[in-house]
Amino acid sequence: MTTSSAAITSVSGRGMPLRGNDIDTDRIMPARYLRVVSFDGLEKHVFEDDRKTNRKPHPFSDMRYQDAAVLIVNSNFGCGSSREHAPQGLARFGITAMIGESFSEIFLGNCSVLGLPCFTADHDTIEKLQSLIEQAPETVIHLNVETGAVTAGALTFTASMPAPLRDAFVHGTWNPTAMLLDKFEEVRAVAKRLPYVTGF
Amino acid sequence: MADTLFHKVWNAHRVRTLANGQTQLFIGLHLIHEVTSPQAFDMIRQHGWRVAFPERTVATIDHIVPTASQRRPFLDVMAEEMTVSLERSCREFGITLYTPDREEQGIVHVIGPQLGLTQPGLTIACGDSHTSTHGAFGAIAMGIGTSQVRDVLASQCLAVEPLKVRRIEVNGRLSSGVYAKDVILSIIRRLGVNGGVGYAYEYGGTTLDAMSMDERMTICNMSIEGGARAGYVNPDDTTFAYLRGRRFAPQGAAFDRAVAWWRQMASARDAAYDDRVTLDAGSIEPTVTWGINPGQSVGVSERIPTDADAEALAYMGFEARAPIRGTRIDVAFIGSCTNGRLSDIEEAARIVKGHRVAPHVKALIVPGSQEVGRAAEARKLHEVFIEAGFEWRGAGCSMCLAMNPDKLEGRQVCASSSNRNFKGRQGSPTGRTLLMSPAMVAAAAIAGEVVDVRTMLEAVPA
Repeated sequence: MTTSSAAITSVSGRGMPLRGNDIDTDRIMPARYLRVVSFDGLEKHVFEDDRKTNRKPHPFSDMRYQDAAVLIVNSNFGCGSSREHAPQGLARFGITAMIGESFSEIFLGNCSVLGLPCFTADHDTIEKLQSLIEQAPETVIHLNVETGAVTAGALTFTASMPAPLRDAFVHGTWNPTAMLLDKFEEVRAVAKRLPYVTGF
Repeated sequence: MADTLFHKVWNAHRVRTLANGQTQLFIGLHLIHEVTSPQAFDMIRQHGWRVAFPERTVATIDHIVPTASQRRPFLDVMAEEMTVSLERSCREFGITLYTPDREEQGIVHVIGPQLGLTQPGLTIACGDSHTSTHGAFGAIAMGIGTSQVRDVLASQCLAVEPLKVRRIEVNGRLSSGVYAKDVILSIIRRLGVNGGVGYAYEYGGTTLDAMSMDERMTICNMSIEGGARAGYVNPDDTTFAYLRGRRFAPQGAAFDRAVAWWRQMASARDAAYDDRVTLDAGSIEPTVTWGINPGQSVGVSERIPTDADAEALAYMGFEARAPIRGTRIDVAFIGSCTNGRLSDIEEAARIVKGHRVAPHVKALIVPGSQEVGRAAEARKLHEVFIEAGFEWRGAGCSMCLAMNPDKLEGRQVCASSSNRNFKGRQGSPTGRTLLMSPAMVAAAAIAGEVVDVRTMLEAVPA
């Protein structure tokens, strides 16, 4: 059995600043688009309601950011519902990495198993990066997954990521199923030790 | 060994440490539903994998199910297709499925406990963020995404990292008209919607000790709204009494052996916590959200804060310093995995009895499961609601997230017993949600605006 994940050691591409704290997954992917049995085509509905109701053009509708690969967000991004449809939609839109002040835990886990690295940096650094991209959208952001080094024009900083997730990207083991099935006898042994499995 | 329940359960289910440092954790109970599992089954098929422990996965249909008529085939073509898809997968892989034509059907977080599947000391996973509900029994229960549903189907395991534990102690008596919903909304208001990131919340104190399992489930359900992926209450005699005799709970002498194991899984009296927070139950009043996340709430006698978030105020059409009481509502919704249980419906019925829903309000009551619906009907509570002008519906998630025809329209304001007031959550991109207890929703339905349920309770015999 082979793992289906390849090593992700670096990400480069243009950025998209998306301002706001506590942006939930209902906003990223409204629930009516969960009425599907496949993830295909979800990129069309990313932030659909925000894009329609915003007074200013939403970054996902703004032509200046159409080729963006790196989404730059603020704090607690992806909170709320566990729907993987949200990161699936972002990935299918063309987002290959995110940098933010913080991410909700379930969202972060979903992104990781999809091979979508999420880095964190402090508020001031994110603000600088968002402003830089707003002023110069053509700037290419370079992310070194292993060291967390970020460069965007004249701006350089070190972003962080929990070590286990970083190692999974660098070693190409971010899709964990094969690892979980490896040494399956150990799984059976744990099950046998649990009194509720054996019927007390 | 002064360990918390979290660490005891974690250690009992740890298989090994993976190469990247994550823990491979065995999952004792896997619950699935029609929305977040079809793609996971496709991935299993593509790889030619089997479902490792099909007897440890239980399925139901809840999110998309219509609540007006549940006769098959559903009039909603996509609802029917998603149901058929789950039926086919469950048949193919040998998984028990409770479809709407079976009496066990209901919201996944209502039926797990009701059937006795949810037990202390378990690890529980489900492709739904409100899986934290099951922590009320002293289980470590976590919401996961679809790729992780695939992992659990294939291996009965997850690759995860341990959480820190924050003890949240609530002490004292809740006054009449103040409920578990008000307690958890107050906790989230105080600690923030991201305050729990990286933590499991252990809820305790004399207030929690005195609570029923339904109330504890309401509290644990909304842990995720405070950013905590898991929340739990240590198992005690209330827990064991609830479980005794449930269909999938241990029976006879095995139940007594189970109780002994469950008891010793509880946190030690001198357990070490990463953080501690204390709240006084007496200071909590009926609570209502005014904004676009569950942390943006006030007591019903308070005003919207002076420094209220501008984006939230603009969306809601509210003003800082305005009272929340008196806010006109268009829709009243009682139901969801947060507050769709029998005790919620009983309490709402106590308020509604002998009154009429305000003429401009559409009021909907959706039992959390068919069993809850039957129990309420046996007590003739449905008649109380129907006489008052409520619609009495079949079981499902309904207007909590509006994946079925139960939706807000335009900028309607909904008094809701559900868990999320996010922009667009209840099906209209401009719809507005005020979260509150089921009793407060019942009171608002009658008054046609947000009122203090305590003023209505004075007239009601206990």
